[in-house]
Amino acid sequence: MAIRTVTIDEPKTGASTQAVYEHPLVVRLCHWLNAVALFVMVGSGLQIFRAFPSFGAKIPQKDLIDWPKSLALGGWLGGALQWHLTFMWIYIATGVVYLVYEVFSGNYKQVLFVRRDLPGVWPMVRHYFFFGPKPPPWEGYNPLQKHAYTSAVALGILSVLTGFAIWKPVQFSWLAWLMGGFHLARLWHFLIMWALLAFVFGHLVMVILHGWNNFMSMLTGWKKDVSSE
Amino acid sequence: MSKRTDAGKFHSVTRRELLKLTPLVALGAFAVPQLQKPLLKAGLGFSDWTSAKLFRSGHLAPTFDNSDLTAFEKFPINDYDVDDPGVDFEKWTLTVSGAVQKPGDYTLAQIQSLPRMRQNTRHVCVEGWDVIGRFGGARLSDFLHMIGADTTARFIVVECADNYYESLDMATAIHPQTLLCYEMYEQPLTREHGAPLRLQIPTKIGYKQAKYLTGLKVTHILEKVGYWEDQGYSDFYGL
Repeated sequence: MAIRTVTIDEPKTGASTQAVYEHPLVVRLCHWLNAVALFVMVGSGLQIFRAFPSFGAKIPQKDLIDWPKSLALGGWLGGALQWHLTFMWIYIATGVVYLVYEVFSGNYKQVLFVRRDLPGVWPMVRHYFFFGPKPPPWEGYNPLQKHAYTSAVALGILSVLTGFAIWKPVQFSWLAWLMGGFHLARLWHFLIMWALLAFVFGHLVMVILHGWNNFMSMLTGWKKDVSSE
Repeated sequence: MSKRTDAGKFHSVTRRELLKLTPLVALGAFAVPQLQKPLLKAGLGFSDWTSAKLFRSGHLAPTFDNSDLTAFEKFPINDYDVDDPGVDFEKWTLTVSGAVQKPGDYTLAQIQSLPRMRQNTRHVCVEGWDVIGRFGGARLSDFLHMIGADTTARFIVVECADNYYESLDMATAIHPQTLLCYEMYEQPLTREHGAPLRLQIPTKIGYKQAKYLTGLKVTHILEKVGYWEDQGYSDFYGL
């Protein structure tokens, strides 16, 4: 897709700023629907986990953690399963639509982390976490960003696959086998959730750091004041 | 939009783009108490419909070596009410009714006269734990043949001595691993595990595998689905 930019003239001050159309409608819709679905999946998933908060044997049962009910969704196991088995379809559908769009539009090239992005990761990490110098600006997303977004998509796919392995361990017995068995599939599903939450946390921090215009671009598609970055 | 625009026009463009996100508001329906229940019921119903489509009658659940078995003492005992509803084994029969040619009371000996199957399969609980057990019994499909059941009927309904009740779709009922189970670990079923007869279905979640069976009905219409299902659990819950 060709990059659409526009110059906005401010009649009162006579100043002008640039804006760029960053996120097409389908991406914005998928992003927000998926964000809500992920929130529901995590909340209901934790309530489901509360029914057997362990990864070992049932007898003797060693509980890993007593996850607070107030930080879970659904009220009880049956209710949580209703939320989980309803929103998983929204979670999957928005993920699939997004991926299909990215592939066919060619936009995936902007975010897909590839081998040549590898050398750029460390300087960005040093800059963000260890007060290193700011690397020269990149065209589009920087290597660490690409790494984060690509990982998030990969984790999303894995969360669905591990979910199916524990929901349908007979029909998809090969999937459970691939994951090292039913027990491990359940553990992966749980760990992948935390990895996704870690991404969400980092993502939100970056959104706050990058300010209002950046945030608005995921709502309107247009990012104002590109030149001030 | 042209390459050059003024602030007012840009504002109206972005507002229009923002309004295009209104479909998102539809999700808010899940927050409305009156709508939440039917919506989640529909969602769960869709998952059940998908589950039934994913079920393959010829696909067998994984079976395991004896060395993989959970020790019998560590096989959990789960029930909704009592471990032992006090079944009188001397007088026990399975009362068969519905769309069958030979309704009536069947003794355990009659059920045990059918070929005995033994299988090491995984028992998965909706709570999230699972165990591998060794189960023995008659194929439900053989029993359905014995009673002359109409296998074009959609459901099997079972009643239990502890007033638990369950239902099964016919495709699962005639699956070769679905057993009328009277044995665990090659010993007669113990009372807390559902003696004298229980369902053992490796393609279903635990709560569908009812214990202490007393009645079995073949039917086209379901009046109630199951003890847990009628409180909001999945109707189909196939694995």
